[in-house]
Amino acid sequence: MNEWKGSGEGRFFAVVMWLVPIGAVALGMRHWLPSMVSEHGAGVDRMLHYLLVATGGLLVISHLVFGYFLWRFSASPKPTFRLPSKSSERKWSLMPIIAMLFIAEGGVLVLGLPVWAKLYGAPPPDTAVIEVTAEQFAWNVRYPGADGKFGRTSSQLITLSNPLGMDRDDSIARDDIVLTNEIIVPVNKAVQIRLRGKDVLHSFFLPHHRIKQDVVPGMTIDTWFVPTETGIFELACAELCGLGHYQMRGIVRVVSEDEYRQFFSEQPPFL
Amino acid sequence: MTVAHSGEAVHHEPQSFISKYIFSKDHKVIALQYMLTGVVVAVISGLLAMWIRLQLAWPGANYPVLEKLFPDGMGGGVMKPEFYISLVTMHGTLMVFFVISPVLLGAFGNYLIPLQIGARDMAFPFLNMLSYWVFFLATIIMLSSFFLEGGAAAAGWTSYPPLSAVKQAIPGSEMGQTFWLLAMALFIVSFTMGGLNYFATIVNMRAKGMTYMRMPMTVWSLFLATIIGLLSFPPLTAAAILLLFDRHGGTSFYLPAGLFFGNQVLPHQGGTPLLWQHLFWFLGHPEVYVLILPALGIAFDVLAPFIRKPIFGYRIVVYSFFTIGFLGMVVWGHHMFVSGMNPWLGEFFSVGTLLITIPSALIGVSLLASLWGASIRFTTPMLFALGLIAFFGLGGFGGIFLGTATSDIYLHDTYFVVGHFHFMIGGVTLLGMFAGTYYWFPKMFGRMMNETLGKIHFWSTLIPFYCVFLTQHFLGFGGMPRRYYAFNDFQYLDPIRDINVFVTICSFVLGTAQLLFLYNFFVSIIAGAKAERNPWKATTLEWTAPSPPPHGNWGAEPPVVHRWAYEYNVEGASEDFVLQTAPASKAPVTA
Repeated sequence: MNEWKGSGEGRFFAVVMWLVPIGAVALGMRHWLPSMVSEHGAGVDRMLHYLLVATGGLLVISHLVFGYFLWRFSASPKPTFRLPSKSSERKWSLMPIIAMLFIAEGGVLVLGLPVWAKLYGAPPPDTAVIEVTAEQFAWNVRYPGADGKFGRTSSQLITLSNPLGMDRDDSIARDDIVLTNEIIVPVNKAVQIRLRGKDVLHSFFLPHHRIKQDVVPGMTIDTWFVPTETGIFELACAELCGLGHYQMRGIVRVVSEDEYRQFFSEQPPFL
Repeated sequence: MTVAHSGEAVHHEPQSFISKYIFSKDHKVIALQYMLTGVVVAVISGLLAMWIRLQLAWPGANYPVLEKLFPDGMGGGVMKPEFYISLVTMHGTLMVFFVISPVLLGAFGNYLIPLQIGARDMAFPFLNMLSYWVFFLATIIMLSSFFLEGGAAAAGWTSYPPLSAVKQAIPGSEMGQTFWLLAMALFIVSFTMGGLNYFATIVNMRAKGMTYMRMPMTVWSLFLATIIGLLSFPPLTAAAILLLFDRHGGTSFYLPAGLFFGNQVLPHQGGTPLLWQHLFWFLGHPEVYVLILPALGIAFDVLAPFIRKPIFGYRIVVYSFFTIGFLGMVVWGHHMFVSGMNPWLGEFFSVGTLLITIPSALIGVSLLASLWGASIRFTTPMLFALGLIAFFGLGGFGGIFLGTATSDIYLHDTYFVVGHFHFMIGGVTLLGMFAGTYYWFPKMFGRMMNETLGKIHFWSTLIPFYCVFLTQHFLGFGGMPRRYYAFNDFQYLDPIRDINVFVTICSFVLGTAQLLFLYNFFVSIIAGAKAERNPWKATTLEWTAPSPPPHGNWGAEPPVVHRWAYEYNVEGASEDFVLQTAPASKAPVTA
């Protein structure tokens, strides 16, 4: 059952293993990422591209070696080597340790950490705050209005026409502006998104802006970004939230500063 | 040298059919019970995958035949979104906990631990039987949930609350989710019984001369997997009970104040959904290693007889298993980078996670380096073991993208994740199970499996597997979110949406190829060529027992071990392999 039967199958296996990285690299060269339109997104993309190149390199090297071993050692009717010495075993083991420390830990600390630190650090001082409250299966968007303050809300006050449960008795709430499934932001200015949830988990995913942040009911989670291009971009839900998860779509409309101001002068306050 | 005597209290061989094959306390019968259960669930769970793929390639297509089978989920012949999510949830749950766990740990663990360490049975045969039957009960409960009002659980295999806690959130969160939680709790009870047994057996029942550093890699991997599982699984039992209280007792462990469902505010307050995520992943991440380690251990043991030389880096791999076991317990937070958890904690988890690349790379390099200077024999089990090496490499490299918090922001919950874990927890374990089955089948049933069918099975598994799951990595780069019923609502997915048709066709090839295995497996049990005691000319103890081994495994004298598990190609020996039982007078001891 277990005799040496020549090198044919080994050569075939080797060729398949050489084809794997070729296929992977061919796929990896294609442009998969949606267009990138935010300031920190460049850092996320740099991280992704670094990993594509670094792990792609490892993939190519390891498969070349693997295929070579299969090719060469399927041709020997008898083994030509038995046990390495302890020191050569250690020496060869040092190689993956150094490679992984350098590629993986180096990547996360040198390229990843600064982007992460900036994204999760405080936004610039004059950043506009927009509240986004997720529910099955819609995004409620609220602007604080001229006073720059959000009015009080309570889940006890929620009705069909008042999905956020805004308090009509609160004077601060009167000039708040509420939109559904649409966020309007000025270009090249930082915006802070204050995420809240009404029912289950959701995730605020802006593929073009490289933003993803879970929405957790009971928590208020801030995230911020700087859009760098005008246009209409999609907002998707990225955390399973129920049967309409796949349809929980919103849009982010990035406009010029003037259009932004004009839009809000035309919007009626919510209450 | 700490060597315990193997239990000499020989159990009497059971006589009746029921005590021999149903409520058996023989580790080999229990192993086959686990395997058979795993195979049945694998078929069901695989069909769920095909069904999922059907929907993703042609969303909203009408299948009148399927309506007859599932009138609720396929009303009008078109799959309902809530049914789709049930399928996704159950496919994941079943594959991880009711296929891979019972086959790799339940079946191979039970079969191989006593046979490879030279024991007559497990330390606690009754506990072993109980473990299987509790598992069987868990399986029945999990599968029966499809037929409940509202259908099976539909909150994903991770069952994040509030979706899994509130009945109004999704139909599957009616009784389906309760059954899911009960089945999971029972699964953990079963695993704990089995795990304690494995641990006690390996520590106490090794044959004379079987020191730890002479144990085959499979036993080492199962030993570590068991320890990891015993430490990390019980928290989910507690978590499941708390969630049951939230669902049925009105408590608020996971539910904050102000939840609004169906036009009313729920009376909960004070809980947090993040608590579940921590508890779930405290189990969930180590679970990955519980499944991967035995597959890797099997790969080393299958590799050795087909390279006809010792494996590379035995000690280093054992230390790597320990390191992975430890690190694997403290990195669960990498599933939660964007969950709302403190981002600095996230960065800690990121650095910790990427440390795991080091022992993983050492294992990968050792597998690869084992081929150096070898005389490779391309039998079916060897093909699967070699395929496993390739999958482990590709899957591991993909893991770096997700372990790095900054790139995970974009890739989290996209198809990149789906592709990645199918290579690791799906592919490495799948190939490990096949390698192990083809390799130990002659021992289990006294017959050989068909080699030609086996090789066709291998190639028709390996190639479509790449087509399906490597492609999914790139769909993830395109930003395609997972657990979507359809992708038609989003314009940014326009350029990549139709790739799903290609993926689905390949997945059907992959699924169909498994019929070859089923055919080969069941026909070979009855009609395979008779197997000798040691058909692969291997060195470990199980090959010194008859095929299949009788009750008690060995005759009057249990084996005595004189050397480690990988004595191939020893200079001065009469053959190119030396059994572990061969004394030093017959052939030199080299390690």
